Amino acid sequence: MAAAVALYRSSIGKKAVMAITGFIGYGYVILHMIGNLKVFEGPEGFNHYAEFLRTVGEPAVPERTLLWVVRIVLLVAVSAHVISAIQLTRQGIESRPQGYKVKRRLRANFASMTLRWGGVALFLFLIYHLMHFTFGNAHPTFIQGDAYHNVVSAFTNPLTVGIYLLAVAALGVHLYHGVWSIFQTIGLNDERTDALWRGLSVVSAIGLFVGFSIVPVAVLTGLVR
Amino acid sequence: MNLTLQVWRQKNAATPGKYVTYQLADVSPDMSFLEMLDVLNQELILKGEEPIAFDHDCREGICGACGVVINGLAHGGQRGTTACQLHMRHFKDGETLTLEPWRAKAFPVIKDLIVDRSALDRIIQAGGYVSVSAGGVPDANTIAVPKENAEKAMDAAACIGCGACVAACPNASAMLFTGAKIAHLGLLPQGQIERGRRVIHMVEQMDEEGFGGCTNIGECTAVCPKEIPLDVIARMNRDLLVAKITGAS
Repeated sequence: MAAAVALYRSSIGKKAVMAITGFIGYGYVILHMIGNLKVFEGPEGFNHYAEFLRTVGEPAVPERTLLWVVRIVLLVAVSAHVISAIQLTRQGIESRPQGYKVKRRLRANFASMTLRWGGVALFLFLIYHLMHFTFGNAHPTFIQGDAYHNVVSAFTNPLTVGIYLLAVAALGVHLYHGVWSIFQTIGLNDERTDALWRGLSVVSAIGLFVGFSIVPVAVLTGLVR
Repeated sequence: MNLTLQVWRQKNAATPGKYVTYQLADVSPDMSFLEMLDVLNQELILKGEEPIAFDHDCREGICGACGVVINGLAHGGQRGTTACQLHMRHFKDGETLTLEPWRAKAFPVIKDLIVDRSALDRIIQAGGYVSVSAGGVPDANTIAVPKENAEKAMDAAACIGCGACVAACPNASAMLFTGAKIAHLGLLPQGQIERGRRVIHMVEQMDEEGFGGCTNIGECTAVCPKEIPLDVIARMNRDLLVAKITGAS
């Protein structure tokens, strides 16, 4: 425990927390995206999948046990990710009290320079998303247990679709820099693996953007009703 | 060439500085950047003004003493080049150049464009050494080193400690510098004894000096006059995590 605290005190320890919790989030969004595509199986298939998520593991464990395990892991991961990010951002700002008059960059890109702001945007979206589809209080016609209805009725509104597309675009940009960074930060990168992790980042960013966008766009265009 | 120079002038660490504009005529494109500053300083001295203080020593690109942010880029942004080896032909006639010192909390300005880089020395002191046997001189090549490791260690050892990585980093992080030193020693058999405690102590010192964290942007390696690769940071991260997990001290 003392070793873990000592490690966390160092900037590299905080970065490792960013990487590991980021990896948890990365894994989760991939599963989430695949799960969303169940909407194409129609109301029965989708609601059955939603029911499966609540009852998986029965009867070995009571209903919703695994669901809550996943939720708690995610809650801890997101909290740790945010807290480390705030501490590292503060350290980064304090390390240069006086900035440059002329700023130019050679290697930085949109994704790497907006990682922190993208994170803030994703965090705000996450709150909205939970209120929208989990708690239902941001959903005009929320029906507990009818996931298919909740999804389809929400995405008939172009404004809602717009918000979701923006959010998954932000996710793609975040992961474009973030996925590669996971491996760089925990030290699983050198010149032999660099192209592999860069490639994985690009594929992840595009794949998740497309995969997440399909459902709202399909509902808006009437492909799923 | 005629140039307009906007230069950071600061009398000493305690006095706030400001940008001062100078006009410089008839600059030869064959001059190095520091020679151009020498010419400007000569003019300032003849006018009875205080010359611009800047760090320099070998002027061959191998000592790491010089360093100035030119138009937002450390060492002027010419690939693999220190400010002393940067030639005026890379600039345009009539151009305005803004000259700033390395900006970092850990690098306080001493005067004008000179900053105090002792923080880097203290990082080295914290662990940048190896144990050697006292006694007679050993035969050459008695310790076998894999070719690949020898090459990589040599690449990392090319770091001249100029601090451009810190200057260019959006977080003023010294991880490229520290990573280079750790890779340089940790890749060789002679560096294995202290490998764990080296990374722990050097990273500790690096944080203590007030450098920022790394966000994997890569500005450091882009301006590094010795083109130290980002790999050395991944290697340092791995060494630190391994050392902490296995309890090296």
